Order: sequence, then structure tokens, then C-alpha cells
Amino acid sequence: MLVHSRGGRRAVWALFALLFLPLFALPLLVLVAASFAGHWSGALPSGPTLDHYDAAVRGESLRALTASLATAAAASALALTAGTWAALSAHALGRRARRVMDLLFMLPVAVPSVVAGLALLVAFSKPPVLLNGTRWIVILAHTVLVTAFAHQSVTAALGRLDPAYEQAAASLGARPWYVLWRVRLPLLLPSLGAAAGLCFALSMGELSATMMLYPPDWLPLPVLVFGATDRGSPFTGSALAVVLMGTTLLVLLALSRIRTKASYR
Amino acid sequence: MGIRFEDVTVAYGRTTVLDSFDLTVEPGEVMALLGPSGSGKTTALRAVAGFVTPARGRVWIDGRDVTKLPPYQRGIGMVVQSYALFPHMRVDKNVGFGLRAQGVPRAETAERVEQALALTGMGEFARRYPRELSGGQQQRVAIARALAVRPQVLLLDEPLSALDARLRSGMLAELARLHRELPDVSMLYVTHDQIEALTLADRIAVMDRARLRDVGTPQELYRRPRTEFTASFVGNANLLPVTVGRDGGVRFAEHDLQAPTGDAAPGAEATLCVRPHAVGLGDGPNPLPGTVTGIQWRGATHRLLVETAGHRLMADVGELRDPPAPGDTVTVHFAPDDAVLLPAGTGGDDRDG
Ligand SMILES: Nc1ncnc2c1ncn2[C@@H]1O[C@H](COP(=O)(O)OP(=O)(O)OP(=O)(O)O)[C@@H](O)[C@H]1O
Ligand SMILES: [Mg+2]
Repeated sequence: MLVHSRGGRRAVWALFALLFLPLFALPLLVLVAASFAGHWSGALPSGPTLDHYDAAVRGESLRALTASLATAAAASALALTAGTWAALSAHALGRRARRVMDLLFMLPVAVPSVVAGLALLVAFSKPPVLLNGTRWIVILAHTVLVTAFAHQSVTAALGRLDPAYEQAAASLGARPWYVLWRVRLPLLLPSLGAAAGLCFALSMGELSATMMLYPPDWLPLPVLVFGATDRGSPFTGSALAVVLMGTTLLVLLALSRIRTKASYR
Repeated sequence: MGIRFEDVTVAYGRTTVLDSFDLTVEPGEVMALLGPSGSGKTTALRAVAGFVTPARGRVWIDGRDVTKLPPYQRGIGMVVQSYALFPHMRVDKNVGFGLRAQGVPRAETAERVEQALALTGMGEFARRYPRELSGGQQQRVAIARALAVRPQVLLLDEPLSALDARLRSGMLAELARLHRELPDVSMLYVTHDQIEALTLADRIAVMDRARLRDVGTPQELYRRPRTEFTASFVGNANLLPVTVGRDGGVRFAEHDLQAPTGDAAPGAEATLCVRPHAVGLGDGPNPLPGTVTGIQWRGATHRLLVETAGHRLMADVGELRDPPAPGDTVTVHFAPDDAVLLPAGTGGDDRDG
């Protein structure tokens, strides 16, 4: 702890509460409250009910949740692979390559995601690569949007990795691939875990690009949330959002457990 | 044939950090690379390991030109200053790493890991992670890891610098034992500690400012250094500016001293090197009167700093019951055979073999 005195520590907590509560906790609390509400006409919601949840965990909603999870898992895996690969190559090539690569991966994030989605739609609506109307275009869009984050965190971690390890491995007769697999990637594992969590969370909440692209049989949960609020059923939307949040949180917790195990040491 | 540097030059950008380096380490020989910080010792080692590419020259290992080979094809074992043990592997996996990487079967790996750990006295720590070991234990694991691949050459970069004095002398004895048990392995041992070099090495290579200054056995370099730089870097030295006399002596300030002049031309400027422990207190051969300017008690010895004719002399004498006080007038002396005449101007500034 940086702050030693008791009063100082209290002040830090107070500041944290002051910033955290209204900014982060309050909106979430409202969301949770709304998800249980029958009506909300006064200052507080009334007529507590579980009906919204009943609807949120079956049928179309359940399918949407599965679609979201599958999309996020696939997109994070792809983004992590591509981002790590790019980071490793750029690292071997030197500073200039690293900067160029960074910029390239940043571009899709710099434009509004709706535009990125539209661009993908135009690009893949004609043969030879016809992805429009399939779930693959959603996964592809999410991958494109989150790879920048994977790439950045792996690049940062690679920069911190002591070259003495890979040199020691090479001096013992290990080929570059063996060094990568047995030494560098295991040492990067904590950062890879963090990157995976970030990518997963971003993909779970992605809406704007998805709106442009989703086929009728692959409806991620955020689209459903948007649809519900748009139709004027905010309570159903809230319940769906809470389910989305809860699921994401569970996955992130699981990931961070793996991460603590990997960060020995 | 051990290791051979042939005219090796390494530069980072425009600075040359290794300049026309020529050195041969015989098979089974322990060569210490001794030199001040930044003199290029680590760079020389990295050139053997393959982590820097020489701008010019070649490196040979075991009679094979390895200049163009990547590190993993060079058949070396290396221990770096920071040990670089893989933090995510237990000790036995660390030690077995090189063997597994080279495709040695599991059973044989286990056997050789056990041997290497036994050799370094680390057998009981096989199941620990590196972070659970002390500095000295980590170092032994690093050595075991390098030995397990049975390299023909072992490169050690200041392996003992992180240890305290007692642990260091213990590890020095262990390295010497290790070398007796593995008589075929050539070792290139980088250090800036002269005691380590004198204790362990068959020969010492003295480096300064990217260049090789001197090579020789510890005795040669200590008793008969050829340059001022070597004299002052391998052990301590009193360096007196003298003029060579006509009849086998030298003149230092107002004093005529007996010293072996060899074939130095009479009248030439030269430097007389006398080791501090060869300087005695009281009357004797080559007496020099002076004033005590300082005295240090070092347990078994006293070091006297004596100013004579404007020069400060160090004398290490056995512990004195009645040490002189600063300001006292004393006489010091040294035997003619303990002095070595060096050509003048062979300090760190120019090159001299
Ligand atoms: N990667 C590098 N880039 C630029 N200069 C370097 C690099 N590595 C070393 N040098 C320079 O090369 C010179 C020799 O370095 P080297 O590490 O060989 O010294 P050393 O003799 O091992 O010193 P020490 O005893 O301090 O370890 C130093 O002046 C150092 O600044
Ligand atoms: Mg060094």
C-alpha cells in the first residue's frame, strides 16, 4: 500500500466511492432494479416480478446468448492468435515495423464501428468471398474490431520480456519454434490472459457493427437488448442486459483465475 | 580445439566494442577474461554464443567456424549474470530444457538431469521453482542447466557477482572442483574480480577498451606483468617512474635502486613495478625513506601508505604490534628480485602486447 496512515487510507476509499458509485455503480443498479420491475412510474420501480428473466433465459433470448458467447469466444481466439502473431513478427522486425503494425490494427477502431461494419459488408457481399448473410461475417467483424487490443497488450508484454530468457534457451540448443512454444509464450501467458479477457468483453458488448451485419439466424444478445428497448419494453431489455453482464462477468472471472495460476512465479 | 577468436571486431553503430580480438582457449582450459567495466568482456562472450554478429573476423568452436551459425547450433553452455532460469519451470525442467529441446528421450533426460544436479549439489531441490531458491542455489542450477547438455565450451558471465564474499569463495572452490571433474570442457570465464581470475583460471586475458591487452598464466601476469595496465589490474602495484642506469640499476628520484633491467637501454625512461606485499618496513635492500600518510588495518596485514620523493607507496606488511602513526618517518625497502621493470607509458592509453 502506498498510503500508510489510517486517515489517508480512508480518504482514498472515500474518493474511490465518490467516483465509482455515481459513475459506474449507479447506472448498473438502475439496470438491475429495472430488470425486476413490473412498472416504473414513480421515483422507484414497483411491482417486483421475475417474468423478464423467465423470458430472458429461454427461446430466442437463449439462442442470442449462445450466439454472443460463440461469437465472442471465436473472435477473441482469432484476435489473440492474429494479434500475438503480428506482435511477434513486428518484434523480430524492429521498431519501425512495430509502429506501422500498430497503426494498421488501430484503423478499424478509429473509424466508427458502423462504418467498419459497412465496409466489411461491401467487401464480402460478392464472390469470391461471400460471407454476407452468414454468421461468419459477424465473427469476422468482431475479430477485426478487437485485434488491435490483443496486438497492443501482447506488444507491450513482449517489450517487457527479458531477452535473457530466450537467449539462454537458444544457447542450450533450442530452435526458435521450441523457444517460442516453451519459453516465450508461457512467459507471456498472463498478458495473453488479460488480452483475452479484454477482447471477450469488448466482443460481448459490440452492437453498432453487428447491427449492420447480423443474419437472421445469428442474433447476438446486444442486438436483442437494443430491439427490446427500441420496441418500448425497457424492463425486458434490462433483464437481457443483466444476463449479458452476468455471463461476461463469469467468463472474465474464470479467465482471471487461469491468469493468477499462470502468473507465478 | 576449444574456442578461437580470429581478428573479431564487433561494433554497435559507430562505437567499436571489440577491436581485432585474437584469443585461443585450449580444450579443457579455463580462461578468465578480466577487465574493467565496459571493456567488452560480455561482448566477447556473446560473440562466441552467437548473440552478436562480428563486423569482421571469425569465431571457432572445436575447430568449426561458427561465425555464421545461429546460437542453437553452436553446442555451448552459457551462464549469464542474471542466471535467466525459466521462472515457469521447476528446477529439474530447467536443467532438462536443453536436452528436451535437442530431442533427447525422456528417460535419458531424467538421468542426465539427475547427474547434473548431483554434480552441483542441487539434487534435493529438483522440485522447486527458481523463485524458491537463494541466489547461490539459483546460480548452481544455472550451471547445472548449462552442463546438462554436455557442451564442449562453457561460457560464464560474472556468475558470482551477485553473491556475498563467503558464498563466492565457496562457489569458486566448487567451480574448481567441477573443472577437475570435467577436464575436457573449455571455460571462458568473464569477471572483473581479480581474485576470481587468479584463483580459477589457467590463463588470464586482460582486456581494456575493446582490446586484448595481455594474456598469460596468473603467475606470469602477477609476477612478471608486461605492461603498466596489467600490473595495476591484476593485483595491486606500486608503479615508480625511473630512469635506467648504466650498471644494472635504476634511478628513482634521488635514489639509486637495484633492479633487473634486462636489455633496457641506459638512460631510458621506465616504470618499476613492485607489489605492495613485497615492500617491507625498516632497513633492507633498496631502502627508501618516507613519511607515513595513512595506515589501514586489514586483519592479517597492515597497509601502510608511505610518501617518498613525492610518490605514494603501498606496503602490505604482516600485522604490526606497534604500527607507526601518520606523520612518522619510516624507511621501506624491497628486494631487487621482487621488482619488474616495465616500458614507460604502457597504461591504458595505447596498445601494447
Ligand atoms: N546493445 C548495445 N548497444 C550499444 N552499445 C552496447 C550494447 N551492449 C554493450 N554496449 C557497449 O559496449 C561496451 C562493452 O560492453 P560489455 O557489456 O561487453 O562490457 P563488459 O566488459 O562486459 O562490462 P561489465 O563488466 O560492466 O559487464 C560498453 O561500452 C557498452 O556500453
Ligand atoms: Mg558484462
